[in-house]
Amino acid sequence: MLGRLTIDALPFYSWVAMGGASVVVLGALAVAAAITWFGAWRYLWREWLTSVDHKRIGIMYITLALVMLVRGFVDAIMMRAQQAFALNSDGYLPPSHFEQIFSSHGTIMIFFMAMPFLSGLINIVVPQQIGARDVAFPFLNSVSLWLTAAGAALVMVSLVIGKFSTAGWTGYPPYSGAQFNPGVGVDYWLWAVLISGVGSTLTGINFVVTIVKRRAPGLTLMRMPLFTWTALCSSTMIIFAFPALTVACTMLALDRTFGMHFFTNADGGNLMNYANIFWMWGHPEVYILVLPAFGVFSEVVATFSGKRLFAYRSLVFATAAITLLSFTVWLHHFFTMGASASVNAFFGIATMTIAIPTGVKVFDWLFTMYRGRIRFHPSMVWTIGFMVTFVIGGMSGVLLALPPADYLMHNTTFLVAHFHNMIIPGVLFGYLAGYMYWFPKAVGFTLEERWGRWSFWCWIVGFMLAFMPLYALGFMGMPRRMEHYNVAEWQPYLAVAGLGAVIILLGIACLVIQLAVSVKAWRTARDLNGDPWDGRTLEWLTSSPPAPYNFAVLPEVKDIDAFLDMKRRGVAYQKPTAYVDIHMPKNSGLGPVVGGLALLLGFAVVWHIWWLAGLCALGLGTTVILRASDDDTEFCLPASEVEKIEDQRYRAMASDIRASDVDRPLFPARPIPEVAT
Amino acid sequence: MNEAGAIKTHGPGAHQPGPVDAYEQRAFGFWLYLMSDAIIFALLFATYTVMLGNSAGGPTGKMIFDLSNTIAETALLLFSSLTFGFATLALRAGKRLEVLGWLVVTFALGLGFVAVEFHEFTGMVQAGAGPDRSGFLSAFFTLVGTHGLHVSLGLIWILVMVGQVMAKGLTQPVSSRLLRLGLFWHFLDIVWIAIFSVVYLPGVM
Repeated sequence: MLGRLTIDALPFYSWVAMGGASVVVLGALAVAAAITWFGAWRYLWREWLTSVDHKRIGIMYITLALVMLVRGFVDAIMMRAQQAFALNSDGYLPPSHFEQIFSSHGTIMIFFMAMPFLSGLINIVVPQQIGARDVAFPFLNSVSLWLTAAGAALVMVSLVIGKFSTAGWTGYPPYSGAQFNPGVGVDYWLWAVLISGVGSTLTGINFVVTIVKRRAPGLTLMRMPLFTWTALCSSTMIIFAFPALTVACTMLALDRTFGMHFFTNADGGNLMNYANIFWMWGHPEVYILVLPAFGVFSEVVATFSGKRLFAYRSLVFATAAITLLSFTVWLHHFFTMGASASVNAFFGIATMTIAIPTGVKVFDWLFTMYRGRIRFHPSMVWTIGFMVTFVIGGMSGVLLALPPADYLMHNTTFLVAHFHNMIIPGVLFGYLAGYMYWFPKAVGFTLEERWGRWSFWCWIVGFMLAFMPLYALGFMGMPRRMEHYNVAEWQPYLAVAGLGAVIILLGIACLVIQLAVSVKAWRTARDLNGDPWDGRTLEWLTSSPPAPYNFAVLPEVKDIDAFLDMKRRGVAYQKPTAYVDIHMPKNSGLGPVVGGLALLLGFAVVWHIWWLAGLCALGLGTTVILRASDDDTEFCLPASEVEKIEDQRYRAMASDIRASDVDRPLFPARPIPEVAT
Repeated sequence: MNEAGAIKTHGPGAHQPGPVDAYEQRAFGFWLYLMSDAIIFALLFATYTVMLGNSAGGPTGKMIFDLSNTIAETALLLFSSLTFGFATLALRAGKRLEVLGWLVVTFALGLGFVAVEFHEFTGMVQAGAGPDRSGFLSAFFTLVGTHGLHVSLGLIWILVMVGQVMAKGLTQPVSSRLLRLGLFWHFLDIVWIAIFSVVYLPGVM
């Protein structure tokens, strides 16, 4: 009846595991209780969970990302604590638990922190940057969000019921196969990744169509803001790369569940197929994550230097070049696995080639700042910190790209230091810069800046302390993922790394405080005209937060810095002579339903509860058919309503704010007839 | 490259986005989906080719492939593509009953394909050549089975569209869905031709 699920799945075997499980359960209960206390269930369901508005979906994505950032960081600091003390002792974590922690840390940070953060930023910003009223497929967008959330939820569930994978975030067979890993851990990993991967693929399709087909009049490709360009390239990579992840994980699942022999040791399996297919996704994935961060840096650097982006065209070509090259380097993840010298040489050279367009970008940003009138807004501080730190990671990457050097450093903490050096300053700093930059656009008031700067300093100092010692340790020969060790010379470095993790913890605390302080003072920090930083691109033309339709009249683009150009020509805020009716997508509860069913399906398959899996699949099919047969998914926002919303904005801009306007909620209930089911 | 404006002088949506654009966007989105699906098949083909020799002492393609099955499958699927083409022509002419008729014929042919494939698979499994016998057979069943699964989902989709055409008539949304279903169906035909040429023909030679 319940497959392999028994009472033994509850974590009564270890205090640490029980602690983790209680935090998850109590946290979920606390959130539910708070929502009930404020009587917000109805509001939450009608205005947010069922929303198909790209701005709200974006906010929900980023909320998910920040929550998972905390979860992933707890994993990280647990590992650092273990390694700081585990010289000639077992530390406080048994090996199987330590393995779960490094597996979930990587999985969460890539799939459930970075990916939702990326989707969130793209969702909030891109439609506005291209002067569109919505994405091409608003409902699909909601489905993507809920599939991502379902994957994240599955990882969280594994903390409470059963165990998570011990096979690392890359899940290499044959260790991740049924023979060596018979429990549910790897299955949790597989299904979390598979489900959220479908969501990501749909997001990729959605944004390629949106950017290609929905740009405002005059917005030619070579006038698109850099963030939109990077979003386009990143989405294209998603469409081409994620199928590889789906294939690799499906084959592994078939091996595990139906006893097939894709990657087993015996009976004709070949684990190299997994390594190849997994990294055909895995390497482009790095660029899927980092390109939009480069886009954020490009926007931030231009805005806060008060200058047009230096060599816009070269930045676009560099982005496109990275997009193509990213598919030609995957083998550098396993130079040591016995490919011939010439194969290794090809992939080594291809890998080093990527440094060229990336270098072009760094110089472009530097030249943008050169003689600019720089304002040190936190976003700008993150950007400068990125440039300084990222270059170090790039250098160590070029070193690792040399197959002979890779033979020495492979699987050591040098590699760990290298990719964290790319992903923390490159991806995370970029996303946090974007978070602080577009926060007022998304929610209508600016973030307090001092705590933002403090957070930056904690992050960068903590990062240096946590990862520079790992470079040294790698040279000293320390393998990655060690639960305990007996080399006394390593310990001081690991202690420094542990200290670094503590300082990063302070950085995260500063982020939380910044958010709390800003929310408390939101009335005094309102962004009334929608353009708090003297912006250059179209998203600053809308109000903050934007009207449901973003633009009452679609803007006419004549320049790369379209909005700056409109301000200079004095046409930015021209009141139109008349408004028109606007067709809007209706909210739909089917998005959360799809997510919920996918979560249940994943859970059922993990535990081999086949009847439930069958029911969920049936439910998903029915939901899709219901939606596909519904031709009444839009409603009309009449011109009079549009005029009302726009007039309110003009009043706010004229600072003629009436008392009733000041207390106006930031997210008023939408004029939407009913929730379509 | 010179002035990029040359790439597109007028951004799409130079006018207010209307319903026609929405259908065009859906078609474009569906093409993108098909491309990502094509990559799934490409990887399955690559895996199959790499695993050809990994039969682990078990049956090889020569021992288990029976071209008479394959010929039946090929004929059924190719004819179903043709009949779907007739359905599209009828759709263009606005003949509702004819559309329904051709959809039903397509469904029958597709169902025949799935039945033959099912028969072929069960026969193999009973003969001890199931997907858990060897790496080669895992790759074979997954590649051909994924195609079969796609065809089965396509059959459900055809049923749904038959229902929609009966209930709603050939409205614009229904027609646009039919066109995308057509893309899907013909795509599966192309994949089948690749399976025929990469799996079955070399397998028996």
